[in-house]
Amino acid sequence: MTQLIETAKQDLWEPGEIGETDVSRLIGRLMHRQVDAGELFFQQRRSESWMLEDGIVKDGAFSVDRGVGVRAVSGEKTGFAFADDIVLPALGKAADAARTIARTGGDGSIQAYRRREVAPRYADTDPLESFTEHEKVALLSRVDGFARGLDPCVKQVTARLAANIETNLVVGSDGTFAGDVRPLVRFDVAVIVERDGRRERGFAGGGGRHDFSWILSGDADEEARKYAREAVRQALTNLDAVDAPAGSMPVVLGPGWAGVLLHEAVGHGLEGDFNRKGTSAYTGRIGEKVASELCTVVDDATMKERRGSLTLDDEGTPGQRTVLIENGVLKGYMQDKLNARLMKTPSTGNGRRESYGCLPMPRMTNTLLLAGDSDPGEIIASVGDGVYAVSFGGGQVDITSGRFVFSATEAYRIENGKVTVPVRGMSLVGSGPEVMTRVSMVGNDLALDEGVGTCGKEGQSVPVGVGQPTVKIDEITVGGTV
Amino acid sequence: MDTGDLESDLKRLVGDILDEARKQGATGAEVSVGDDEGLTVVVRQRDIETIEFSQDRGFGITVYVGLRKGTATTSDSRPEAVRRTVRAALGIARHTEDDACNGLADPDRMATELPDLDLHHPWHADADALREVALETEAAALDRDPRIVNSEGAEVATQRSCRVYGNTHGFMGAVTGTRHSVHCAVVAGDDGGMERDHWYSIARDPEDLDDPVGVGREAAQRALARLGTRPIRTGNWPVLFSPRMAAGLIGHLVGAISGAALYRRASYLTDSLGKQVAAQGVTLAEYPHLPKALGSAGFDADGVATESKAFVQEGRLARYVLGSYSARRLGLTTTGNAGGVFNLALETERECPAALMRQMGTGLVVTELMGQGVDLVSGHYSRAAAGIWIEGGEPAYPVEKVTIASTLDDMYHGIVAAGDDIDRRSNVHTGSVLIESMTVAS
Repeated sequence: MTQLIETAKQDLWEPGEIGETDVSRLIGRLMHRQVDAGELFFQQRRSESWMLEDGIVKDGAFSVDRGVGVRAVSGEKTGFAFADDIVLPALGKAADAARTIARTGGDGSIQAYRRREVAPRYADTDPLESFTEHEKVALLSRVDGFARGLDPCVKQVTARLAANIETNLVVGSDGTFAGDVRPLVRFDVAVIVERDGRRERGFAGGGGRHDFSWILSGDADEEARKYAREAVRQALTNLDAVDAPAGSMPVVLGPGWAGVLLHEAVGHGLEGDFNRKGTSAYTGRIGEKVASELCTVVDDATMKERRGSLTLDDEGTPGQRTVLIENGVLKGYMQDKLNARLMKTPSTGNGRRESYGCLPMPRMTNTLLLAGDSDPGEIIASVGDGVYAVSFGGGQVDITSGRFVFSATEAYRIENGKVTVPVRGMSLVGSGPEVMTRVSMVGNDLALDEGVGTCGKEGQSVPVGVGQPTVKIDEITVGGTV
Repeated sequence: MDTGDLESDLKRLVGDILDEARKQGATGAEVSVGDDEGLTVVVRQRDIETIEFSQDRGFGITVYVGLRKGTATTSDSRPEAVRRTVRAALGIARHTEDDACNGLADPDRMATELPDLDLHHPWHADADALREVALETEAAALDRDPRIVNSEGAEVATQRSCRVYGNTHGFMGAVTGTRHSVHCAVVAGDDGGMERDHWYSIARDPEDLDDPVGVGREAAQRALARLGTRPIRTGNWPVLFSPRMAAGLIGHLVGAISGAALYRRASYLTDSLGKQVAAQGVTLAEYPHLPKALGSAGFDADGVATESKAFVQEGRLARYVLGSYSARRLGLTTTGNAGGVFNLALETERECPAALMRQMGTGLVVTELMGQGVDLVSGHYSRAAAGIWIEGGEPAYPVEKVTIASTLDDMYHGIVAAGDDIDRRSNVHTGSVLIESMTVAS
């Protein structure tokens, strides 16, 4: 941990010849006008990506983004400014701008710095350096050949490798002095298949907070081939898909990535900011039964090397496992420092920001619906007429009404307890609070997604994880055309 | 800094980066530098909540080494960072493969005269002044009706952005523009639950912004109009897309005729040039040189001159939306649309929205769409919608949690009328659009 701080100081402060005294002085300057809390967030992110298309590695990009976000908080008020140059004059200017928020309030006190020991949740590795450029691009070419060889209908293959490593350092008037170094990699394959003039696509990918040895060290590209096979399988399945039904019916959600439903349907509504402002459908309902007793939902930043995992959040608070709903009863919200303080509760380590140029907000990390007792086969067999949704392209929620929507990228009809034909063009619509009370069976097959999820909120994107077992919802609106 | 000084500053930087790229061995290069400055004030429940100052500079370079290419971007524009970033881009280019379509756009297509588009109108207001506007906006919404029970706040923002693009053909162009906005979102509530809605105004010139009171009232009115929803019967009905929703629908058509989707054969309109892709009465054209418009530009992301033209003429696909790379891939020439379209307008016979409702008789007016259920590859469309149910040609009650589904092809061919309620707050200028029939499920 102190090791992390030293690494962060070296990356972030040394180039601009900034020392701890300078930073303390800046915090003092920020606090000058009776601010409750002041914070400097230094960040550097190096990213690299490679893209193969039409059988050639045609594009690559490298990027370095570094800067500092300066925040002053006074009651419910926040002043924020940022600089993309980590040098003293720019920092001073940003601090002066941020503190204009405070006219009254706070006592301007500054706590002594506390350097905390937290066990890292991810590998100590730089994914940009873990393999040579040649090894990375050669993998993409092999995957292309493999995917095209799987079926003559495969007309287009796009394969991508992306990696970034982020170093950050948070110094706050509340005594926070924390550094984190976070690796993140991703590999994905998208294919387009064509048969008799009909075109469909398939997509698969994975990743996490580690380096490329996950995909580059195994035998015979085993992991990479798995994704290529999955993308082609999904696309070919969709070639045979019939139009989706329309109306209310039972829906079975498959394990893993389908947990994105949970992320949208309840996750966002349990973020502290919406609840502090009273604009969430879940506002003021802690202790109430908000879901079927089969449902226990947690947000878990502590999972090893997962895409949504955090050793420390972007405010220097250690990542945690927070129980949100336990046996159907609402237990708590996800909090960042600001909303936690205003709601008189501790931060749950969910303060996240896209970059130094954005303010942190309460955000999810890895959000899971825990396993139940049912056998997945029995769950399907219990449905007379309904749909089985395996994979979703994405979803969206209206926090206030609880309304959500998902678009399925792979789904099937269930007829007389059996999965029959694939369906296409299907979306599911419902209200989070309603749907959660209609969960009637929860499988024993909890699975996590492969690690490609990105969540957007107020224009800020952050990597997240989702997971769930097979789940049956008694009634939900299916938007098809038949 | 005066905008002329800023532009010359950035032009010098672009020149230096291009020189560095040549020096390090690039056979061609293009550079884009952006410098943005902004101030955003958010108020909530009649008090200030956030002041955000932003000041941002960064650049991106694409280098070509023969037919190979590499890209690098950074927020650091100091000389040593420039050298490092150019080196990184060249490092990437060494590991990519030859692509015969790579390279700058043809030199004779570079914009030579850059029209004055009147895009720069600074708002000479400090945080206090913006706060007053925001407070007035939110107060108008909160005071509108006792059923406005909560607020997500009002936001007033002003931004100046300057972009300079240059390439080794010797082209160099600068665009400096401002954007100002007033936004308000409130929550209406009754025994049936809470509903949120919002409204906003955005303009290049602060003088052109709508009155803050009007913005606040409209936000409140829209949230109130959502209370008292009723279920509807699943079936096939006419659907009227409100102007903002219609702009999104047109956006999907642009996506489907864009070069990047076409050369990947990732569009249901692959190989459709010259074919009927929409109803006879539909013409879709772009006007890149409209003064003060949000989507105006004198040159595209390749430095190619922009010009007015139709993409869809009387329902027939007249041309694709192409930059120079996708054009080469398709064996065509660029349409000056690298980076997208510029002020796209739907041109049809227009009627007032009330007449459109009478025409539809019974059906759904869509005021909100959610979800990503639009598949440009297969053309399937299925999204969640909220809006107003129409009966006997008149608004009857609000609906929510319904889905509307069809195919894009059927929807564009099913455009039977459009409204004169044209919304110009985005890059797509359109009024309401009436689609003959879609599956509406509840």
